[in-house]
Amino acid sequence: MDLADRARFVRTETVRLTRIAGAGHYSAVFSCAEILAALYYGELRLDPARPDWPDRDRFVMSKGHAAIGLYPVLADLGFYDPSELDTYTRLGSAFGDHPDAKRIPGVDFSSGSLGHGLSICVGMAWAGRLRGSDHRTWCLLGDGELAEGQVWEAAMAAAHYGLGNLVAVVDANQLGIDGFVADVMAAEPIEDRFAAFGWDTHRVDGHDLDALLATFDALPARGGDRPQVIVADTVKGKGVARMELSPDWHVGNLVGADYDDVMAELTA
Amino acid sequence: MTTTQDQTQDQAAIFNGTATFKDSRSVDGTDTRAMPAFVLGEELAELAEVDPRIVVLTADLGRSNRTTDFAARHPDRFVNAGIAEKNMITMAAGMAASGLVPFAATFGSFAALLCAEQIRTDCAYPDLPVRVVGHHSGMSMGFYGTSHHSLEDLAMMRSIADLTVVSATDANHLRALLRLSLDHPHAMYLRLGRGRDPEVYAEVPELVVGKALTLREGTDLTIVTTGSEVAPAMQAADDLAAAGVEARVVDMWTISPLDRDAVLAAARETGAVLTVEEANGTGGLGSAVAECLLDAGLAPRFRRHGVPDQHVPVGPPAALYAHYRLDGAGIAAVARELLEGN
Repeated sequence: MDLADRARFVRTETVRLTRIAGAGHYSAVFSCAEILAALYYGELRLDPARPDWPDRDRFVMSKGHAAIGLYPVLADLGFYDPSELDTYTRLGSAFGDHPDAKRIPGVDFSSGSLGHGLSICVGMAWAGRLRGSDHRTWCLLGDGELAEGQVWEAAMAAAHYGLGNLVAVVDANQLGIDGFVADVMAAEPIEDRFAAFGWDTHRVDGHDLDALLATFDALPARGGDRPQVIVADTVKGKGVARMELSPDWHVGNLVGADYDDVMAELTA
Repeated sequence: MTTTQDQTQDQAAIFNGTATFKDSRSVDGTDTRAMPAFVLGEELAELAEVDPRIVVLTADLGRSNRTTDFAARHPDRFVNAGIAEKNMITMAAGMAASGLVPFAATFGSFAALLCAEQIRTDCAYPDLPVRVVGHHSGMSMGFYGTSHHSLEDLAMMRSIADLTVVSATDANHLRALLRLSLDHPHAMYLRLGRGRDPEVYAEVPELVVGKALTLREGTDLTIVTTGSEVAPAMQAADDLAAAGVEARVVDMWTISPLDRDAVLAAARETGAVLTVEEANGTGGLGSAVAECLLDAGLAPRFRRHGVPDQHVPVGPPAALYAHYRLDGAGIAAVARELLEGN
């Protein structure tokens, strides 16, 4: 599997689907495209034929506004027919801006309200351990999201319960809606903060697929007793020059020649 | 307050399930070990003997809500979330998404008000079997004050789609609710009092969600009430009967969905409806009943009786109930006013 090609696929599908909606979160997907590719095509233990398999790895996209990048991946893996994506955001569609676990096979939890996902994952990881399952629970957070207090309630709980089967990935893409996270509400030093809460920390270039896979491989064996956080340094809008680290593209809509230009840039 | 030795004894008592708070820490000075309605932990522990899906969470309030009784018997299925209620509710949702049936208990004020968004977004919207237990609801925390009161919870919770909202009347009723909840397909908010509710049900009642229980027949008016106000409403009905007024009493334990048939029958058959609740009168049971009546084009003599739209003064619970005429004598007086057109 060519993971770089899959990351490109995440980006081009995001651009394509956003045109259906007329507006979408491009740049928050572009920052985590490699993370999604590395996880879904290189790490997660899944069976698309059995989306409810009790021993599957769980993935909760706490930064739920990046769901538009997840939907094509799940379709590509066979959780549902890719043609269903063409209903994106249309009345009654299963596919809205934020993921709906009731409607979409392969989505482990509905998200959208930032700060909740890590608590969901603590519950899932605790339940997995109670059941004697060795599955891992993965949570994808944004760096701006770390301002939500509930994240730290969950971080405290995960360490207290000794949930070594929990892995958080922070897509540290540097930007929120109003500007740089460092200016709006600084999240750094992210590693130190999680370490102080009792987590093992890892830091990686979130656009380097080999580095991501190596970091996943270096995680302690399933069944440890310390939660793991991977801080992935990323660029919001990565892959499209006009969007990279631009606060103007949190939500946007490419039309006409702009659409064609961006598609050409992504597929060059 | 406690000494180290006391605390050691407390711990022993907690984990063999015989004690909760010491007398000196109770709300109104009575013996908190005499909490007949607080069978929450005990009943769940019994149910968990045969149902491995049951897990119990609390937020550093196990002594208050008696989930310690559960912890003593099923320590592996008990989670103390610490003083972090939002995380507790959302963790419970994660557990429910993993096939468990979690009961997450804390004061109603923190459960419903602090965690309203977690209940809606993480429990009700994904349609997961999370059971949020809001205890010491209404103003039953007395002089602890507004921070510890949940007079708004009925209004807030009943406006959430796919959330079933129920009130526990007494110990046996709570047992019935907990048993019913195990296979209920939606998230639930269970509103409990502070555990001193006098017995209304001598046996564990049969419950069906959406079906109220008529506890007393009457032809002159119907008192539609819920939770902690059922017992005083029954007292009021006795007082009224002594004066020749026959009041029907409906235990509307099922707030959402409401038993519309029982409400409409009350209006048609008794001609007067009095709602009684330990909650802010805005948006709670009384509002639900009023909506039901107007939607059906019925306009019986009607009065909503609850806590007025204000923050309540300091006072012991019993004094507050008397102050707001939510005790038996007060409810009877309000009923007479309704019938006399005052």
